[in-house]
Amino acid sequence: MGTPTRPGHPACSLGNHSRSSGIDFEIIIIDDGSPDGTQEVAQQLEKIYGSDKILLRPRAKKLGLGTAYIHGMKYATGDFIVIMDADLSHHPKFIPEFIRKQKEGNFDIVSGTRYKGNGGVYGWDLKRKLISRGANFLTQVLLRPGASDLTGSFRLYRKEVLQKLMEKCVSKGYVFQMEMIVRARQLGFTVGEVPISFVDRVYGESKLGGNEIVSFLKGLLTLFATT
Amino acid sequence: MTKLAQWLCGLALLGSAWAALALAPPGLQPPAPLRQALLPLPVYLLVAFGCYSLATVGYRLATFNDCEEAAAEL
Repeated sequence: MGTPTRPGHPACSLGNHSRSSGIDFEIIIIDDGSPDGTQEVAQQLEKIYGSDKILLRPRAKKLGLGTAYIHGMKYATGDFIVIMDADLSHHPKFIPEFIRKQKEGNFDIVSGTRYKGNGGVYGWDLKRKLISRGANFLTQVLLRPGASDLTGSFRLYRKEVLQKLMEKCVSKGYVFQMEMIVRARQLGFTVGEVPISFVDRVYGESKLGGNEIVSFLKGLLTLFATT
Repeated sequence: MTKLAQWLCGLALLGSAWAALALAPPGLQPPAPLRQALLPLPVYLLVAFGCYSLATVGYRLATFNDCEEAAAEL
């Protein structure tokens, strides 16, 4: 789990969900020195659930998403890893569905999708939605990736698959998530999908400026030309 | 083969087929009505694809789920 912005009680609710569903789990919280009290909340959870269930692995400063995955993966002991934002954008109630889906088709990756079934978003205005849909359409046409949501981060990975993908993927930001799926397809891994709702917590700040769009397009074209 | 190469192959294939028919020497040309339809075909296809894109994106934009309950639940 990464905590891009604010603390909430996802781990708490995650704990409750996992307990009631009888899943063996551990929660690894990567916090890149966010100033909002994530660490305090996480420490409290560590006390409640025990340090074998809640592993708090903070880093001194913001070092990027890719390295956060690698950092967290070092401490994961299970066969499967679910990656999610810990700011409550991603609801832990979907995790059992991810697991069900994985078992159903023995998938290497199960990706949450905002674009299918009951999936969706909250907190996006029309312009944001238009950009999202437009970018998604363009990606589907150019890359034909066989997955409907390429830029989301709420996913389940088989551990060795994630490890292999981390070695291959070099992009940053949105394109990083996209590259994970594209490379996975290239390497012959299977991808399943589960509809999720994404509740945007950080909308309105720096999330989708002109720079983001330009770097997205660059990344898309790079993948288009190289994969 | 990269996706770029796939695209280029496809376009080259279609493009050369079109060019062979449209630019054939007078003796080998297809009948006039067919030829008249053939010449602007690439433009028609481009316009049709543009319309399809706009319609798809528009439709998906209109049907993009707003998860009010999900926000309330959290």
